[in-house]
Amino acid sequence: MNYNWNWGVFFQSTGIGSEIYLDWFVTGLGWTIAISLVGWLIALVLGSLLGVMRTVPNRLLATIATTYVEIFRNVPLLVQLFLWYFLVPDLLPEPLEMWFKQDLSPAASAYLSVVVCLGLFTAARVCEQVRTGIQALPKGQLNAGYALGFTLPQVYTTVLLPQAFRIIIPPLTSEFLNIFKNSSVASLIGLMELLAQTKQTAEFSANLFEAFTLATLIYFVLNMSLMMIMRWIEKRVAVPGLISVGGK
Amino acid sequence: MDFSAIIPALPGLWIGMITTLELLVLGVCGGVALGTALALMRLSHNKTLAKIAATYVSYFRSIPLLLVITWFYFAVPFVLRWITGVDTPVGAFSSCLVAFVMFEAAYFCEIVRAGIQAIPRGQMGAAYALGMTYGQTMRLVILPQAFRKMTPLLLQQSIILFQDTSLVYTVGLMDLLNAARSRGDILGQPHEFLIFAGLVYFVISFTASRAVKHLQKRLAV
Repeated sequence: MNYNWNWGVFFQSTGIGSEIYLDWFVTGLGWTIAISLVGWLIALVLGSLLGVMRTVPNRLLATIATTYVEIFRNVPLLVQLFLWYFLVPDLLPEPLEMWFKQDLSPAASAYLSVVVCLGLFTAARVCEQVRTGIQALPKGQLNAGYALGFTLPQVYTTVLLPQAFRIIIPPLTSEFLNIFKNSSVASLIGLMELLAQTKQTAEFSANLFEAFTLATLIYFVLNMSLMMIMRWIEKRVAVPGLISVGGK
Repeated sequence: MDFSAIIPALPGLWIGMITTLELLVLGVCGGVALGTALALMRLSHNKTLAKIAATYVSYFRSIPLLLVITWFYFAVPFVLRWITGVDTPVGAFSSCLVAFVMFEAAYFCEIVRAGIQAIPRGQMGAAYALGMTYGQTMRLVILPQAFRKMTPLLLQQSIILFQDTSLVYTVGLMDLLNAARSRGDILGQPHEFLIFAGLVYFVISFTASRAVKHLQKRLAV
């Protein structure tokens, strides 16, 4: 078990076509970003909807949203992914099932499953943040909206949500970063995202320390740059007059 | 769907469950211990120690747990050989446990740090005035109060770890999920076993998080 260090391994040929190992990492990073961004879009839309449902004066809607959150928060992500990838296609109507299993390429069907899985998984977390944001606003805001003759949907879209979203940017940021990290589970259903490419590089080149170090570095830089972007957005859209903002 | 095949498989699934629980308990104990040490480093006046702990935390918090598990599975045997000079076979269980302890410590560190910071500064001063050393102050005065305050958060993080133990699937360790998947595949009923495993995770996590919420209300000042 002698280990040969070779940091130049990333520029060596993989032996497949004219690719070098670095190309694999680039492809992997591309998949990771593609999974995370689309998953985040689903999570944000569905999560906001659920968050609103938990706060509106309607028992039924609130119960539906609460049940959703409890289910998706208490089942491990990996179990959810297996359910989406192995079980759900079998439950689909015949033509859809055929489309998923035969017409889609293996990468496409895995991508579809993992995006839906991560989107719905993260939506439960986004929901809780949105609910907290709305509940953190003074009750007077809602009443003031009513007093001005707004309907309930108008109060939400023009008064409550614009403020709530700006308050919850920090916790949303951490969910946003989590979805990038969680996207690595896609490697377990055969999608060649960053972690899967790293494993493949480690196995092909036998330079596992170099491969995993580079992967760690990529995740680290990705994380830091996303955090800086979100901090910048947070500053730009801060609600004036709140303690957290500072200044006047 | 036919769930009758699950009952004869229960003893096998229970063995998987034990692995899951072992990982959880040892992971939490190790994680809290290492996390507390890191929190004390972060809060110490020694700039170098504080910097090391801060780097450790932000490093592990920015990479996926699955990456850590996979990496350690490959790397721990090499590292052990470098340290000890002999080939020591390391099972998947040990490497996963090391991964969990090191990864979770970063999260526990932040919880413990917040817990310590919530203790009024005067307590430190009072303990020093009584002639206690730093070690005594922490052990006898600050940490017992801090741990009491942060019990709900520590438990919540433990529930997350309980769910995350399922990621050991990637190195083939037979935890609850893997035991269910492999049995389901052998018996030709993968769906039923997967749903059953999901249900077990759900019931445990749901009940536990309800209990934690209850505890949180009771401990609230």
